[in-house]
Amino acid sequence: MSDWPLLSLVIFLPLVGVAFILAIRGDDEALVAQNAKAVALWTASITFLLSLLIWAQFDPAQGGFQLVERAPWLTGLGVDYHVGVDGISLWFILLSTLLTVVVILGSWHSVQSRVKEYMIAFLVLDTLMIGVFCALDVVLFYLFFEGILIPMFLIIGIWGGPNRIYAAFKFFLYTLAGSVLFLVAIIYMYVVAGTTDLPTLMRTTFDETAQFWLFWALFASFAIKVPMWPFHTWLPDAHVEAPTAGSVLLAGVLLKLGGYGFLRFSLPMLPDAAVEAAPVIFALSVVAIVYTSLVALMQDDMKKLIAYSSVAHMGIVTIGLFTFNMQGLQGGIIQMLSHGIVSGALFMCVGVIYDRIHSREIKRYGGLAERMPAYAFIFMLFTMASVGLPGTSGFVGELLVIVGAFQEHQWVAFFAATGLILGACYMLWLYRRVIFGGLVREDLLTIKDMRTNEVVAFAPLVILTIVMGVYPQFFLEPMAASVDDLLRHLDATTTLAADGP
Amino acid sequence: MYVLIVFLPLLGAIIAGFFGRVIGDRGAQVVTCALLVTAAVLSGLALFTVPFGEPFKVPLATWMVSGSFAVDWALRIDALTAVMLVVVTWVSAAVHIYSVGYMSHDETVPRFMAYLSLFTFAMLMLVTADNFVQLFFGWEGVGLASYLLIGYWYTRPSANNAAMKAFIVNRVGDFGLMLGVAAVFLVFDSVDFDTVFSAAPDYAGTTISLFGAQLSTLDFIAFLMFVGAMGKSAQLFLHTWLPDAMEGPTPVSALIHAATMVTAGVFLVARLSPIFEYAPLALMFVTFIGASTAFFAATIGLTQFDIKRVIAYSTCSQLGYMFFACGVGAYAAAIFHLFTHAFFKALLFLGAGSVIHGLSDEQDMRRMGGLWRHLKFTYAVMWIGSLALMGVPFFAGFYSKDLILEAAWASHFPLAGYAFWLGLIAAVLTAFYSGRLLFMTFHGAPRASEEAMHHVHESPLVMTIPLGFLALGAMFAGYLGLPMVTGDHAFWAGAIYVKDIHHNAIEAAHHVPLYVKLMPVVAGAIGLVLAWLMYVAFPALPDRVAHVFRPIYLLFYNKWYFDEIYDVLFVRPTRQLGLFLWRQIDASVIDDYGPNGVAASALAGTKRIVRLQSGYIYHYAFVMLIGVAGLVTWYLLVVQD
Repeated sequence: MSDWPLLSLVIFLPLVGVAFILAIRGDDEALVAQNAKAVALWTASITFLLSLLIWAQFDPAQGGFQLVERAPWLTGLGVDYHVGVDGISLWFILLSTLLTVVVILGSWHSVQSRVKEYMIAFLVLDTLMIGVFCALDVVLFYLFFEGILIPMFLIIGIWGGPNRIYAAFKFFLYTLAGSVLFLVAIIYMYVVAGTTDLPTLMRTTFDETAQFWLFWALFASFAIKVPMWPFHTWLPDAHVEAPTAGSVLLAGVLLKLGGYGFLRFSLPMLPDAAVEAAPVIFALSVVAIVYTSLVALMQDDMKKLIAYSSVAHMGIVTIGLFTFNMQGLQGGIIQMLSHGIVSGALFMCVGVIYDRIHSREIKRYGGLAERMPAYAFIFMLFTMASVGLPGTSGFVGELLVIVGAFQEHQWVAFFAATGLILGACYMLWLYRRVIFGGLVREDLLTIKDMRTNEVVAFAPLVILTIVMGVYPQFFLEPMAASVDDLLRHLDATTTLAADGP
Repeated sequence: MYVLIVFLPLLGAIIAGFFGRVIGDRGAQVVTCALLVTAAVLSGLALFTVPFGEPFKVPLATWMVSGSFAVDWALRIDALTAVMLVVVTWVSAAVHIYSVGYMSHDETVPRFMAYLSLFTFAMLMLVTADNFVQLFFGWEGVGLASYLLIGYWYTRPSANNAAMKAFIVNRVGDFGLMLGVAAVFLVFDSVDFDTVFSAAPDYAGTTISLFGAQLSTLDFIAFLMFVGAMGKSAQLFLHTWLPDAMEGPTPVSALIHAATMVTAGVFLVARLSPIFEYAPLALMFVTFIGASTAFFAATIGLTQFDIKRVIAYSTCSQLGYMFFACGVGAYAAAIFHLFTHAFFKALLFLGAGSVIHGLSDEQDMRRMGGLWRHLKFTYAVMWIGSLALMGVPFFAGFYSKDLILEAAWASHFPLAGYAFWLGLIAAVLTAFYSGRLLFMTFHGAPRASEEAMHHVHESPLVMTIPLGFLALGAMFAGYLGLPMVTGDHAFWAGAIYVKDIHHNAIEAAHHVPLYVKLMPVVAGAIGLVLAWLMYVAFPALPDRVAHVFRPIYLLFYNKWYFDEIYDVLFVRPTRQLGLFLWRQIDASVIDDYGPNGVAASALAGTKRIVRLQSGYIYHYAFVMLIGVAGLVTWYLLVVQD
């Protein structure tokens, strides 16, 4: 088994599913749709199970890259097909494969038009997402990184809401704009270091001026992806117009690319510049937390509210990553994973009632607890996870980041912790207006509780939220060695006072 | 055994919550009550049979390890925990059983029982915590349960608002607690109680550079922790949620908002006595807040008409007593009062619930009166509870409250005198509002409608038995708890730390002159007689007094205008700022400068500059926000290097 190119198999398996779906022909549209859905679900599930094998074969004691595969690719340029995983990327791969299964299940009944193409888009997205987290070559990484935009652009633009064209273009152009600078940076790195190999580049030391420019070029790309304040305005639009499944993957995985980029590129390759830039990052993150929380408080649209809350939560992530200590970094990563699950689940929660009533307006709802107890329970669980209640995944990340940040800069920790209060304000306000209150609207009187496919789709997210809250060791332990390596690398290459892990 | 005590309620919550429809209302009641009674019996055994030596630990699992930040799930059993286990499980068991009767007309009984048991579990996790993070778990867990139970009748807007308010105000406290945990880790490189407590004396008098200033290490940590305690225990400035929390069903008020959750703050201070003992400034602050709350809440209690709100303010006030007891170094007295208070205050709430239940959900005392004939048992237990609250000799409150006042008198800690005199005045007020409550409810002519009076009925046995049990507690908890405060802290075996075991406030309290011992009793008598004069002998008097002292009356009646002030200071600006950031900054500034092009934004920019001088405070507040961000950046970039 160990001789198998496991990573490549996982990366490209969804494309096999795509080929099958393309082969489905027929006049009976319903049947075609049914088959396309079945193929997509099977493919995504098998991909997920295979990705569990990666986890099983992963050796948590090692900090470096594992299951590495390497093959010459663009030989003229010295660019290789080079993939591998470490304790950090491992979890993002699992997150991607799991969420793909979840969204295909979740949209079982809600996707009506162009089902074949819809499923193809998600499977292609699956491949690209896994690929980006496996890639160990900068060019390969960039291909996946940018490629992801295409299926997501189509998902928003074709299956989105009324204002989908504007949102899709804003999303595409905005993120592409940042990526141009990323590309320039890659070219510069290639010219200086003479290689595009990621592990080699991680050990390359660029001089300080170069680091400065490279850092801010990369920053443009990653900050838009995260998104950090004030580059966040594409997110609410994209989320509002995207179909539920698109929102889930957008929030669940695509936003993590920014944080992952900081971890893979900015911190190890440009340590001096990263240390220099930390205060700016902190300031922007702090503003993001306070500012977007306040904005979230005033939203009338459920998806917009959750989109803004995402920006606030990602602020916690960026603070954690730039504390340069063990708690902060691990907290940031855990917060990313937790946010991927929790905000994905929250978007699915919105999707559940959107499917029934076709409105995202908070005012349209109220008193759902009476007719939908199971839904009310699940929504409550993820609301609490979002506000960081201990025992849920949201708490662990927030606690570690605040503990980590407090050691470096107390004011940063102070403002990060205000998220504790503000988060409770907007989430409980949302929950109160949607779930509690009297059931007065006529069309809500007959609303149905969750369907089986919805319950099945939510189940893994519920379990993960609680497991990550009660026994986060499960996730922290395998990533410890990799994070430790990164920290030691940072200590060795910068003037950073050794705080110790 | 300890694992069972803590996790049986969780099991009950899971069974009732997820399988409520399968086992039915009765099934849910039987399961949760049976499990809780079992836990209560086990806790009793634990308190009376386990000899107290070193704290006893039950490790459960690792929670999280990140570098040297290591947190375990573990139960820590010592004398302090054992006392709390008894308080929590006994009162909780009584409330569970009482709820069977009280909530009999409710439509979602299993949900209610599940919430109650969930709360009990979280509270038990809180008191058995072995480290700061697990404490925080229980701390927020009880907050969640409280939120769910206050908003239990979720179709009522007032209940929903009260629930949200409770959660959010508590979060303000938790914010302090969270930073406190981070500070503890920074200083001690550990969050385990044992490690921190044994290292604490080394840090006495040291300073640390935090927030860009030199701060006294332990004072600062203790202060942050106390902010958490203020939120949970509804102390002055963070008290506004407690009266509103009365929107929840009455058994909830008895369990959460009288006997257990709100006392978590006192427990926290006692638990952290090894830190507080070396934090004189923080202790002074505790004394100040505690004494002020004791007085302040009592003044509001004088004028309220909702029977539950009177008791709620009384709770607030009594918690103030417990805090200033801690503040003057008499932690044991605070826990002793916590213990006795749990019984008589739960009794008062459940008694009030019995009145409300009997009077078809009427809570306004202006529409009660003359009920004693119909509710003889309730009448009797309400008197017992009130006498205990007033500190009438030989009832439970007499032992604990007098001890606190004596300790405040005898203590040499700063502000102890302030605490003593305010506490004494509050004792008069306490007796007055307790008497007022009894007289207005049970005496005089009936003011309820004839129809309501016709339906008045004594509560069923399932409600009166818990009342009887708690009444016994209100009478005898004082004797039961006496070992806590006699014999040089031998009872605590180190669970409560005092610097000088032979010359502390409690020891001194036993040797105060006789007139000091008598003063609280006299104060109680004065208050009760005054109440009798105003509400029985001369019923016209209250209106005259209210008229003559109208400004003061209005101040008290409107709760010192805290809600209104907070609304103006925090709630509105927050909402306006949110709206402004969204509409003006997000939509106009960021989007127009970004995606919509530089040319267009230049034009729009000039317009906005004009708009900047709007005279709206929230505009300027936004500028301040940006300023803070800028300053932080500048500070970190330039000053730190």
